[in-house]
Amino acid sequence: MFYPAMIYVLAVIGLPFALAVVYAFSDIKVGSVGYHFVGLQNFKSILHSATFLRALYDSFIFTVGSQILVLVGSTLLALALEKKFRGRGLVRFLMLLPWVAPVSIGAIGWKWILDSLYSVINWVLVRVPIFHLDKFNPPQWLGEPALAMASVIVVHTWRLLPFSTVILLAGLSAIPKEIPEAAEIDGAGFWRKMFQINIPMLLPILNVALLFGIVFTFTDMTVVYILTRGGPYDTTQVVPSLAFFTGVLGGDLSEGAAISLFMVPILVIVAYLMLRAANRSEVT
Amino acid sequence: MARGRVRELLVEGGRWAVVVSFSVALAFPFYWMLITTFKQDADLYNTANNPFIFNLKPTLVHLQVLFRDTMYLRWAGNTALVGALVVLITLVLSLPAAYALARLTGKWGERMGIAMFLTYLVPPTLLFIPLSRVVALLGLQDTIWSLVFVYPSFTIPFSTWLLMGFFKSIPRELEDAAMVDGLTRFGAFVRLVVPISISGILTVVIFTFTLVTQEFVYALTFIAPERNQMVGVGVPTFLIRGDVYFWGELMAACLITSLPIALLYNLFLDRFIAGFTVGAIK
Repeated sequence: MFYPAMIYVLAVIGLPFALAVVYAFSDIKVGSVGYHFVGLQNFKSILHSATFLRALYDSFIFTVGSQILVLVGSTLLALALEKKFRGRGLVRFLMLLPWVAPVSIGAIGWKWILDSLYSVINWVLVRVPIFHLDKFNPPQWLGEPALAMASVIVVHTWRLLPFSTVILLAGLSAIPKEIPEAAEIDGAGFWRKMFQINIPMLLPILNVALLFGIVFTFTDMTVVYILTRGGPYDTTQVVPSLAFFTGVLGGDLSEGAAISLFMVPILVIVAYLMLRAANRSEVT
Repeated sequence: MARGRVRELLVEGGRWAVVVSFSVALAFPFYWMLITTFKQDADLYNTANNPFIFNLKPTLVHLQVLFRDTMYLRWAGNTALVGALVVLITLVLSLPAAYALARLTGKWGERMGIAMFLTYLVPPTLLFIPLSRVVALLGLQDTIWSLVFVYPSFTIPFSTWLLMGFFKSIPRELEDAAMVDGLTRFGAFVRLVVPISISGILTVVIFTFTLVTQEFVYALTFIAPERNQMVGVGVPTFLIRGDVYFWGELMAACLITSLPIALLYNLFLDRFIAGFTVGAIK
């Protein structure tokens, strides 16, 4: 009874993956016929391409930057939401919106908020005297390299934060109530309870949230595609979006496939760590 | 005691500050969609106006344009159709698979379950190039059938994993008793296990459907014609003409698409979490 599902998944995941490897060692283009094995040629040319190296670098900045923000933000939010209070349901609904709305839809909302002319953020900023912003030349959030990178990181953080928070909330609710209570009776204060009980006990689940977060970020192209198309001048181009522009829009299937294969090492590492986490939780 | 009291107030104050500021930041873009939807163009595109309030009278014109002059409804229909078909395929394949995994004891069942779980980690951006070729070979390019074919590859693993947890909680003795009474294993599964698991099945239906609405990369890669788009691609692609963004219509479409999904999702959140927490929470 298990086989039909397994065969379907293998056919639509396993087979294309094998094809991606086959393509990466060929010179196949859209419309070309026949198969020519070219060895490592694609990988060589990719590793010599400044655009690819920049995309690889950007992918790491994008992933590390957003994961730090997500971890800190979601830990804070989960700890704040742990206790029941009036209106918790409403807060949960509002908080979940970024994760639940289709990514492309959320991102296009941000594109309006960060618009070059009508950005509401700029409208506020130029009216705050301490920033000394030029009213006629406000920050171009998606038009300047550093700001554009910061913008895609923040938008991606905005999207992943709810996911990480609900996972941490589930982790918090699994901590037996007796432990913090006992600590309190023994005289532990707020900070001590936080750093010696709550956060250490959250670590395993924080680990799971982080591993999923890394996969969802390192392999995501939607936020970048919608907000900047990789621009300005490829300064926010990430590995998956570069694979899309090269392989799908550019029609260079072999090079696109080779670029996308650079995501595999990260995925393998995450898979390994996840299995280790799962095994450990069964032992304890 | 006074010091303890002050500290308690500080902690409560901090808690409220965090909850309020995060809620505002997370929900703000949706509030912005709402206010933009009902603003006149003359109000939207005037940098002198305070953007937080209605400087001119609210209008329904963006909604009218969205429903009458764009293909939004067609995209919504496509999405609903693909969603329904993918739900069907997912249920047919993952119900028996999950049952088999839940009842298979020993190393093999466990390994298969983990293999299913690991396929969550394979991203569309790794497979879209070869899959676009496969889809073209099958003659499915530019049709929604390409998505009906590909989407179950990520909905089946998630659903199987969720349902497996569900089936494991059903005592084995129940089926044994039914089989003693003359039902086959398959009969026991269909007449006994499936009816008890209806809430689990409903969960899978909702999540499969939301996963379909959220997907972007495959839909963008496989389908070019405007009338065959899914909502997630049609809205950010075809409500823009060249460099001109029709923000009123765009934000209206974003709002209308997001809210129903969000409402459905909220009802089943706890089950969704169970699908992601591996074994880290018992």
